[in-house]
Amino acid sequence: MNSIAEIQDEIVSEFEILGDDKESTIYYIMELGSAMESFPEAARIEENIIKGCQSKVWLIAEEQDGKVHYMADSNTDITKGLISLLLRVLNDRTPEEILDAKLNFVDRIGMGSIIGSQRSNGFAAMIKQIKLFALAIQSNQNV
Amino acid sequence: MSFDIEKIRSLFPVLHQEVHGKPLVYFDNAATTQKPQAVLDALTTYYNHDNSNIHRGAHALADRATRYFEETRETVKNFINAKEAAEIIFTKGTTESINLVAATFGRKFIGKGDEIIISTLEHHSNIVPWQMLCEEKEAVLRIIPITESGEIIYAEFEKLLSPKTKFVSIVHASNALGTINPVQKIINAAHAVGAKVLLDGAQSTSHLEVDVQKLDCDFLAFSAHKLYGPTGLGVLYGKREVLEAMPPFQGGGEMIKEVTFEKTTYNEIPFKFEAGTPNIADVIAFKSALDFINLLGKKDIKTHEDELLAYANERMSEIKGFIPVGTAAEKVSVLSFNINGMHPYDVGMMLDANGIAVRTGHHCTQPLMKRLGLEGTVRASFAVYNSKSEIDKLAEGISRIARIKNK
Repeated sequence: MNSIAEIQDEIVSEFEILGDDKESTIYYIMELGSAMESFPEAARIEENIIKGCQSKVWLIAEEQDGKVHYMADSNTDITKGLISLLLRVLNDRTPEEILDAKLNFVDRIGMGSIIGSQRSNGFAAMIKQIKLFALAIQSNQNV
Repeated sequence: MSFDIEKIRSLFPVLHQEVHGKPLVYFDNAATTQKPQAVLDALTTYYNHDNSNIHRGAHALADRATRYFEETRETVKNFINAKEAAEIIFTKGTTESINLVAATFGRKFIGKGDEIIISTLEHHSNIVPWQMLCEEKEAVLRIIPITESGEIIYAEFEKLLSPKTKFVSIVHASNALGTINPVQKIINAAHAVGAKVLLDGAQSTSHLEVDVQKLDCDFLAFSAHKLYGPTGLGVLYGKREVLEAMPPFQGGGEMIKEVTFEKTTYNEIPFKFEAGTPNIADVIAFKSALDFINLLGKKDIKTHEDELLAYANERMSEIKGFIPVGTAAEKVSVLSFNINGMHPYDVGMMLDANGIAVRTGHHCTQPLMKRLGLEGTVRASFAVYNSKSEIDKLAEGISRIARIKNK
């Protein structure tokens, strides 16, 4: 598995190919979302919704062989694409890796100007929730 | 008469820009309209030449500022055909105007078991103040239901009316769907049971002739910024005898006649309801916005906007996956819709990528969305400076977006 830094570099170069064309960038993000692992119906409940997002985002996590496996879904395709980018970088890694991760791809691809300030707040809420899950699993491991 | 759209557009500096490399198409007019140069000039002229506090200063600038300020009040009076300028109160906006009525008239005249009627179409700002009042007074909030097309069911309204009905607060034109309510009938019927009526005119005053004497409404609330005027300014019209019977809203300067530590007597209307230094610059600039509307004429504005809406409906009907939301017979120029299989946020963002500004979401009408079984809609709302060629761009954008999920 490539390192967090390598995957972020990959994402940045993919977005560089798209250039400044906002429409194709959005289409690309939506396509990424449609390729995501399907989310269990039973987990689509209120408690799994991330607070602070304008659209609905469900996120769950479980420990698999010492690593954190996340699954997510959203009612909007763009948001689903955004969270798929985060999971591409952070999924199936140890809690330490996730907690230490420096997510520089967000700024490097100019996420703020792609998605606007309201969605950026939601994006920050997703990152926070991903890290909180990692922290919870790490505390369990240390018990 | 058809407008010279290019000439009208030339009066609005903000329209001449590119967004994401595409010429801006501004279709979020129900949220706020853009401002003509004359309004911007009035603001800078005021600050450059006349800035002064009003009604009390004993100097030339204060005198000028006061005169201009009161000229706007007179212009607003004429704009809605009120009997006298004293019936025009300046507020922060429609929301504050409604809150003012709920907090003063409501607190004094609504009691336990009394009933207040609103409709399913209301904006949150015409729901929450009444809920707060009902909770405080143990009064009851009654809701007029609507049809699938987004029209109130008038017969159900009649059934809700009774001697217990003390107040009817109803939207003139729905912000989310554009539906124009049969307000004349509503006002007459409400008065027949002795209830007072407030019209939420936030969306109607920019599109329709609103004559408060003819309508005979007791209150009318609206915002300057949806009428090509500045933000942070609204109007509450109230009939003199009703306003005089109401206690003041806020205490402070301007609203008093005499203050002693034992007792304070209040000023006459409208000043009784305008505590503190008002939003002088924006009030003065608002006159230029109303002059602009009067120059074009409401009737011609309505004709132009009706044409835009009819053209938009025609163009959108060709698009596979386009789902109109709100198909009332009488509408202001609001096109609310969804795209089959897509979330309104995503549609809005893709339109933005095409330089087209629309609003997406619940439009501060969550109970309405719930009634329609929707999470939200995409809303394109047209103003006097919009053109058919802009609607063509919208139609092209929407058909490209709709094809993603509707092949």
